[in-house]
Amino acid sequence: MMRLVLVGTSHHHAPVELREQVALGRKDAEALAARLAGGGREATFLSTCNRTEVYVAAEHADEAERDAAAALASLGPEVEPALYRLQDRAAAHHLFRVAAGLDSLVPGEGEILGQVRVAHELGTTGPLLDRVFSQALHAGRKVRSQTAIGESPASVSAAAAALAEQVFGSLDGRSILLLGAGKVSEQAARNLRSRGAEISLVANSRTERERIAEQLASVDVVIASTSATGLVLEADTVADALRRRRGRRLLLVDLAVPRDLDPAIGELDGCYLYDIDDLEQIVVETLSLRRREAERAEAIVAAEAEKFHEWHASLDVVPAIASLRARAEEIREAELQKAESLLGRLDESQRRAVEAVTAQIVNKLLHLPTVRMKQAAAAADGVLYAEAVRHLFGLGEDER
Amino acid sequence: MAELLFWPALLLYGEAAVGYLGDVRRPGRAGRAATWGVRLGWLAQTALLAVQATRDDGFPWGTWASSLDLFVWLVVSAYLIWGCRRRFRLLGLIVMPLAVTLLVVARAGGGTGIGSASHYSNLFLVVHVGLVLAAFAGFTLAAALSGLYIWQERRLQTRPATILRRQMPALATLDSLALRTVAWSVPLLTLGAVVGLVRLVARGDRLDALIAVTGATWLVFCAYLGLRLLGGWTGRRSAYLALAGFALVVVVRLALPASHFA
Repeated sequence: MMRLVLVGTSHHHAPVELREQVALGRKDAEALAARLAGGGREATFLSTCNRTEVYVAAEHADEAERDAAAALASLGPEVEPALYRLQDRAAAHHLFRVAAGLDSLVPGEGEILGQVRVAHELGTTGPLLDRVFSQALHAGRKVRSQTAIGESPASVSAAAAALAEQVFGSLDGRSILLLGAGKVSEQAARNLRSRGAEISLVANSRTERERIAEQLASVDVVIASTSATGLVLEADTVADALRRRRGRRLLLVDLAVPRDLDPAIGELDGCYLYDIDDLEQIVVETLSLRRREAERAEAIVAAEAEKFHEWHASLDVVPAIASLRARAEEIREAELQKAESLLGRLDESQRRAVEAVTAQIVNKLLHLPTVRMKQAAAAADGVLYAEAVRHLFGLGEDER
Repeated sequence: MAELLFWPALLLYGEAAVGYLGDVRRPGRAGRAATWGVRLGWLAQTALLAVQATRDDGFPWGTWASSLDLFVWLVVSAYLIWGCRRRFRLLGLIVMPLAVTLLVVARAGGGTGIGSASHYSNLFLVVHVGLVLAAFAGFTLAAALSGLYIWQERRLQTRPATILRRQMPALATLDSLALRTVAWSVPLLTLGAVVGLVRLVARGDRLDALIAVTGATWLVFCAYLGLRLLGGWTGRRSAYLALAGFALVVVVRLALPASHFA
C-alpha cells in the first residue's frame, strides 16, 4: 500500500534565516517534486514564507522520508535539525490543519488555502496525493464557511479596510485621501484598493492644506500617517468640509504617533475617527476571536482527517475484497453453468430472474464481511483480516 | 385545521426569536436555526391564511385581529426578502419578537381561527386592507432598519474593540434599504388610502381619528422621501424620522379596534 510521508520545516521550528534557505519558487518546486517522484512515487512541495514541506506518497515510507529530508537538506544543510517528519494519518492531519490556516502565524489566515492549491497543481501527483490534497482543500473551505475564523481582520491595515466596509459596504469607486506615506498607511491603502477603492490624493505635508481641504469635500476615507509633530488636520477644517458633503459619511484613520488628526473630529456628525490605539485594540480582540473559533475548526479538521484515514486504511483490504468478490462471482457462474441442463428449459425472463437472485445472494453474503473488513482496516487490523480472508477462502493460492 | 397551522407558525417564529438571541451571544448555529424557523413559520402562516380564506369564502381580514394576522405575515414576508442573510440576523432580533407578540394578540382577538365571511367585499379587502397593511409592514421594516442604523452608527462612533466581532450590514446599506422600503411603501399606502376614502365618501361616512392619524403617517413618510431625495438628508436624521413615522403606525394599529371596527 502507498504510504504518505511529510518532511518539512515551518515558523514553529526554524527562524527566517533557515526558512529562506529552503524556500522554493514555483519552477524549482515543480522540478524538485518531479525528481523526487521517480520510481512510482508521488511528490509535491508546499513552499510559503512560513513553511517548506515535502509530501511524498511511496510504497516504502522510511526510504521516502530519507529522500525527502535529503532533498530539503540539499537546499540548505543547516535546516536538517529543524525538520519534522510525519507519516500517514499524522501527515494528513497536519496538511488539513495547514489548509485550514490552523498552523499559520495568524490563525485562520486565508492565503494558505491558495498556496495548498498551488502545491497540488505543481506536484507530480497520483491517487494518494490527489486525494489528500483535495480533501485538505475541502477541509480548509469547510472551516472557513462553518466558522468565523477568517472573517475578522488580523492586522491594523486589514482592520481599517474592514471598518471602511462597515461604513460604506462595497468600496468600489470610494476615494481615499492619503496624508503621509508611511509603511502602515501604504498597507492600509493597498488593502482598501484591493477592495475597489481609489486613491484620489497623496499629500505629504501641512503645506498642502488647501488641496487637502478641497479633497475633504469629496473623499470617503482619510488615512493619515505623517511624521509631523503637530496636528495636520483640525476639527474646524473637517467641519467646513462637512457642510459641502451634504451628509455623506467620512471615515478617518489616524495611524500616526503623535496623532495627525484632531480627536475632536470624532465628535462631528457623520465622521468616524479611529486612531492607532483603536485599531490595535480591534486587532487584539479579533485575534482572540480567531483563537476561539480555532477550537471549532480543529474539530472539523479532525473529522475530515478521520475520513481520509478510513479511506487510506481501506486501501489495505481493497485487493482482498476484490479477490473475494471475484471468487464468489466465479463460483456463481460455475454453478449456473452446471445447472444449464435445468435452466435450458426456462424462458428468457425466468433465466434473468435466476441470474438476479443468485447475484443478490452473493452480494448480500459479502456485504457484511466487506463492511467489517473496511472497519477493521480503519482500526489498523486490516492486514490481519485481509490475510484471514485470503486464507479462509483460498484466495490467491492458484497464483502461488 | 387552523389550530394545526397556527401553533407551528407561532412556535417556529418563537424559535426564530430565541435563535436570533442565541446568535447574538454566539454567532453560528443558533442563527441558522432561527433563519429556518422564520422560513418554515412563514410557510405555516401562509397555509393558515389560505385555509382561513378558503373556509371563510373570501379574504379573512374583515376584523382588526385577522388584519393583524395578515400584518404579521406581511412583515415576515418583507423580512424574508433579504433579512435572512447572515449580516441581517440582528434585524431578526427586532422583527421576530414583534411578530410573535402580534400573532399572540391576533389569536387573542380571534383573528387566527375560522370565522364567518366578512361583510366587506373581497375587492375592497384586497385593495384597501391589503395595500394599507403592506405599506405598514414596509414602514415597520424600515423602522427596524433605521433602529439598526442608529445602533450601529453609535457603535462606530464609540469605537469599541468588539466593533468587528459581528458581521453587520454597512451603514450605507441600512440607509439605502430603509429608503427603498419606504419608497415602495408610500405608493401602497397612497393607493390603499384613496380606495378607503372613495368608499367613505360613497357611503357618506365621516372621517374618524384613525383616518387622521393614517394621514399623518402618510405625510411623515412623504416628508421622509422628499427630504431624502430632494433635501439631501441621509443617515441618523432620516432614521429618526422613519422611527417617528413608525410610532404613528403603532398608534394606528392600536386605535384600529376602537375606531374602524368599533
